[in-house]
Amino acid sequence: MTQIIFYFFGAMLLLSATMVVVIKNPIHAALFLVLSFFSSAAVWLLLNAEFLAIVLVLVYVGAVMVLFLFVVMMLDINLTTLREGFARYFPLGIVIALSMAITMGLVVGSDYFATATYKQVSTTTTISNTELLGRAIYTDYLYQFEIAGAILLVAIIAAISLSMSKSKITKSIHPTEQVNVKKEDRLRVVKMKTENKEG
Amino acid sequence: MNKIKRYFNSLFLLELMKGLYLTGRHMFRKKITVQYPEEKTPQSHRFRGLHALRRYPNGEERCIACKLCEAVCPAAAITIESEQREDGSRRTTRYDIDLTKCIFCGFCEESCPVDSIVETRIFEYHGEERGDLLLTKSQLLEIGDKYEKEIATDREADSKFR
Amino acid sequence: MLETLYHLISQYILLPLTLFIFPTDYQTEAMIFLQTTIKVIAIVVPVLITVAYFTYAERKVIGFIQGRIGPNRVGLFGFRLWGLGQPIADAVKLIVKEIVIPLNANRQLFVIAPILSLAPALAAWAVIPFDDTKVLADINAGLLYVLALTSLAVYGVIIAGWASNSKYAFLGAMRSAAQIVAYEIAMGFALVGVLIAAGSLNLGEIVSAQSGSLIHWFWLPLLPLFVIYFISGVAETNRAPFDVAEGESEIVAGFHVEYSGMAFSVFFMAEYANMILIAVLSALLFFGGWLSPFQGIIFLEDLFSWVPGMFWLLAKTSIFMFLFLWFRATFPRYRYDQIMRLGWKVFIPITIVWLVVISVLVIVNTPPWFN
Repeated sequence: MTQIIFYFFGAMLLLSATMVVVIKNPIHAALFLVLSFFSSAAVWLLLNAEFLAIVLVLVYVGAVMVLFLFVVMMLDINLTTLREGFARYFPLGIVIALSMAITMGLVVGSDYFATATYKQVSTTTTISNTELLGRAIYTDYLYQFEIAGAILLVAIIAAISLSMSKSKITKSIHPTEQVNVKKEDRLRVVKMKTENKEG
Repeated sequence: MNKIKRYFNSLFLLELMKGLYLTGRHMFRKKITVQYPEEKTPQSHRFRGLHALRRYPNGEERCIACKLCEAVCPAAAITIESEQREDGSRRTTRYDIDLTKCIFCGFCEESCPVDSIVETRIFEYHGEERGDLLLTKSQLLEIGDKYEKEIATDREADSKFR
Repeated sequence: MLETLYHLISQYILLPLTLFIFPTDYQTEAMIFLQTTIKVIAIVVPVLITVAYFTYAERKVIGFIQGRIGPNRVGLFGFRLWGLGQPIADAVKLIVKEIVIPLNANRQLFVIAPILSLAPALAAWAVIPFDDTKVLADINAGLLYVLALTSLAVYGVIIAGWASNSKYAFLGAMRSAAQIVAYEIAMGFALVGVLIAAGSLNLGEIVSAQSGSLIHWFWLPLLPLFVIYFISGVAETNRAPFDVAEGESEIVAGFHVEYSGMAFSVFFMAEYANMILIAVLSALLFFGGWLSPFQGIIFLEDLFSWVPGMFWLLAKTSIFMFLFLWFRATFPRYRYDQIMRLGWKVFIPITIVWLVVISVLVIVNTPPWFN
């Protein structure tokens, strides 16, 4: 049963990952990327790594890819201009693909990255995967985790400050100010003498 | 102080609660729905519904083909053609009202010097095809004959305001 | 009662079926598969019926609030029954109607989109415990699973908006995408609060952690988080006052303008199924799920001890479902930039502050919740 599920999702992962690269329409490519995330999450579930699998779906599928799609849909991509420089970039693409293939071969094939020393984590423990992962992160790898968090925070602040550049052209409005407006701020009741008709 | 009050108001959703209280109270109010086919709202005798052509009590049709209604009609829904009858009086040979154009403004009725074209209280009519809503002279006279009593009492009730 | 029914079905229908059809080697697996299917049906069918009658309830409640009486014509078996036949009539109408696919729409995606929006709404029910024993998949990371699946609902909306090849649909999809991503963060933080308070991601254990009495439930220590969770839930399901993705008055019907017939009604069902899901999660996470509200009160506890836990869960859920309708009848639609401000600048800071508060409360073992 597990094998059937594994082969199903494995095949789906490979197929959708291929489609991401091959397919012409960028929206379809992004959606196939979503599908490949999804099927890799399913494969991880089979490894009893439910926390990682769900977080993959939650973060990448639920948030990152939504924003990706958001941007891709907003751009009016012309397919013909997209394919123009194909011949020019082809050698570079080959080089990158080769180097990536070699790197992956090193990781999977040799013990250069000490893959042989990886232990099969026993999946029979009563403590849940999430708890184990939390313990590992917050005890053994606390500094690395905190540094990663700090880097992300810096990145967030940088991104916000970039987008907040105060150019004078924008006619942006501030909802905070608008929401907090009271009657007194805008309305002035004026007392005037009534004008007499006869003058 | 005002600022604190404002923060208090928005953090504890007080204004939203007020709104919810208001609508919540209205849930238990008396319902004003009229159950239409069984119940109906009262109608004015000036109601402007389906058109009709009237006759005099002796059976002679009132319309003298003056074409005032045709002229006044803002939607150009009325088409009239006329001819001289054998007895020398002028009568319509054609009097069509296109109900798909008509806006039920009542100008035709007001303009009519002989109270011939009138708008009755009937509003529950339908056409199953487009042509069903193009009324001809005979149809209009038929409606007038059928509802003459109601039409006459309505005109009577309104007569002192005319 | 439900258990006996289930056992009867699996004993006298499924068991002979598997023994008869499947080869001996696969009988156990086939039996598990069939039993799970029965359980899935037992969850999905009531959910869909509730969806149907939720639409009826919505029309009734909003009608009552507006001084009307709502649908009361379509009855059953020749009786009017306050219009209880209305959802069935609506369903028949929608099934019979034609599904129009626009000429320049992206056909595959146009058809897939409604399915993508309904599937997560139903799949999330797998981990919902209806009782201390009745749960389809009692997984450890239940809370995360629910959060992940509710975040998937946005795909149906944006794919529908894009595939329709219509400006209104596209605008609706863009609004919805940004809105759902924003409110998901606030919602996630609110759920982290629950996680800290309960010390578990399993929904059943979260409910068990609230046992004691009415004040042991998490709504009291987590009150701001509960409010934010529920409001974010309203925003996530694209319901009024956060329904800018539909926005009838400015973008016609938003992402589903081009949909008709059953394709439209699948979107409709997804929206309502999501609302019920948010309601049931609110009941589970903050209001003690299937726990009796009279727990810990001397006389009343014994008086109501015969009431099944599922009844309490459903009662609490229906209160929250009613709140959805009440909100829709009360509040005017938020403007889009105000929605964004509320999500990013108000909810997220409040949740972060309250996470610190709740962590301190847990560390110092504040009674009565965390001792």
